[in-house]
Amino acid sequence: MSAAPLSTGGAARPRGRRVQWLTYLLLIVAAAFFLLPIYLVVVTSLKLPADINLATTWELPRHWNWHSYAVAWQAFAPKLRNSLVLAVVATAASAVMGSMNGYILSKWRFPGANLLFPLMLFGMFIPYQSVLIPLFQFLRNIGLYGSLWGLILTHVVYGLPITTLIFRNFYAEIPDEMVEAARIDGAGFFGIYSRIIFPLSISGFVVVIIWQFTQIWNEFLFAVTLTRQSTQPITVALAQLAGGEAVNWNLPMAGAVLAALPTLIIYVVLGRYFIRGLLAGSVKG
Amino acid sequence: MKLTRDRVTAILMLLPSVVLLAVFVYGFIGRTFYVSLTDWGQDPTQALALDPQLHFVGLKNYSDLFTNFIETRFRQDLVNTFFFTVLFLVGCLGLGLGLAVLLDRGVKGEGLFRTIFLFPFALAFIVTGTIWRWMFQPEGGINVLPTLIGLPKLDFGWLTSRVQILRFDWNGLPFVLGLLLAAVLALLAWRAFRRGQGLRGTVSAVLASLVALWALAVLRHASPLPYPERHGFNLAFIGIIIAAVWQMSGYTMALYLAGLRGIPEELREAARVDGASEWQLYRYVILPLLGPISLSAMIILGHISLKIFDLVFAMAGPDHAATDVPALLMYLRSFRANQFAQGAAIAVVLLVMVAAVIIPYLVSSLRGEVRR
Repeated sequence: MSAAPLSTGGAARPRGRRVQWLTYLLLIVAAAFFLLPIYLVVVTSLKLPADINLATTWELPRHWNWHSYAVAWQAFAPKLRNSLVLAVVATAASAVMGSMNGYILSKWRFPGANLLFPLMLFGMFIPYQSVLIPLFQFLRNIGLYGSLWGLILTHVVYGLPITTLIFRNFYAEIPDEMVEAARIDGAGFFGIYSRIIFPLSISGFVVVIIWQFTQIWNEFLFAVTLTRQSTQPITVALAQLAGGEAVNWNLPMAGAVLAALPTLIIYVVLGRYFIRGLLAGSVKG
Repeated sequence: MKLTRDRVTAILMLLPSVVLLAVFVYGFIGRTFYVSLTDWGQDPTQALALDPQLHFVGLKNYSDLFTNFIETRFRQDLVNTFFFTVLFLVGCLGLGLGLAVLLDRGVKGEGLFRTIFLFPFALAFIVTGTIWRWMFQPEGGINVLPTLIGLPKLDFGWLTSRVQILRFDWNGLPFVLGLLLAAVLALLAWRAFRRGQGLRGTVSAVLASLVALWALAVLRHASPLPYPERHGFNLAFIGIIIAAVWQMSGYTMALYLAGLRGIPEELREAARVDGASEWQLYRYVILPLLGPISLSAMIILGHISLKIFDLVFAMAGPDHAATDVPALLMYLRSFRANQFAQGAAIAVVLLVMVAAVIIPYLVSSLRGEVRR
């Protein structure tokens, strides 16, 4: 708005300012819509259970009660640990495999690749309900049902389409001439990857790792069907705690904060890469 | 020679992923489809056997879903998904576009606003659901918000309401869908004629009239159920839709903002020089250019909303029939009731709905890429 419209005369200026005010007003109302739930969560989590009263929901706590976090931490620490192991291992494995796949699909084009790639991609859109029963049976048969490793395997496999997609689009930007030059210098399949492709992949890896970590940390359907009490990730534990009847709401709220913090921190610190992953999710990248 | 060996290495390195996806996606989908044609779960002794004895029953599970009086919950779930998807899309596209347009006006603190609008996207649906479940408590949260500025408190059962609006008879559905198909074909014919594609227009017009005749002659009297069965939009979904829009509209905002930034400034200047008002500028220049983005957003969000599961689970609980969706019913049938065949049939219906949205999208977006 700094450059005023050319065709409007001086009379339009106050109107322009009014539009400006209206813009900010609307933005602030929208921001309130997005932030109010967070305010309520934090305030509730800091109240004493006895002070949580529906009528005074929006008021600040009379006694600041940090104890809820200690209790929630005690209850959730093992689940957070499960989520962390799950997300780190599955993210690392699917990122490494996705990088290799992306390298092959973008630099070693072979007949049938144009059919193979969409077939691989389809796997990231399916409702996972449509594979859940055989997956459950399969994991039971190989003895991984209920273990964290079964869930890790699941997330690695169903993470492959998106990691392959992001790396393939990322490597498409690396000129084929560079690959060709390395090949003339005598570099083979792995030589080209380790000397040309991988060193240029750092920001690709950041995008993929952020995306996968967030997705796996937040996932629920596989987690609730394929784990037992001791291997539950945080999302399942939170759903159980919050879903119970007659709960003290300070606990689920503190739990929600604990469950949300890792991905929120990633988002705030590395938001730029986060948005790139998000845009890549709509296929064209 | 070296080149060939590298090529073989490349294919060998790709193979593990291809095999894994072939088994975990296509093999398992095939197996699910097979299970949906059996009676797995009818015999309790076989339900949880490691190697259950399955009997082939054909399409019975599917015909039950659509025409058996026991499965009325599944049909209501389909209706729920339909209304949820429509309102969720309207909310996300409307709010996302509005926010993007506001942010594109060169406001101060744009980065901060953008961060605020997008952060819910980083949260788990379970976290969002837990938060909004608290917001929608009947005697608290949103309902007492107006009292802070002196207004009377609201009295709406956000998640508990049993009110159903826009009710219709399930038996009327085939007829309506038939008419709808005829209308789409007629529209295609009209467009083809306008573009001077006579043959395509004629074919579409003939098809349209055939479908319309079929609908009028056959489908009007078709009734899948022997009695009227009324379904509608459950108002208890409004709260869930608000929470879903809260979480996902930042995504559409980011898409639209990227699109708006891609429109060259000269184009806007040219329109302004030609005397277009701001409104006309958006209506006739900018919005049409954002069309493809809206379409991608609708497809991505649409397939998410067809699959919606965790949010409903966390907000209304898995056992609340008024806010049930097929994805949730599949889980309950399979893993709570051990009715695996019925669960598999629901899963296949879900897959078909998602595939109908996603496959054309994948094809067209990758075909465009090849051409490029």
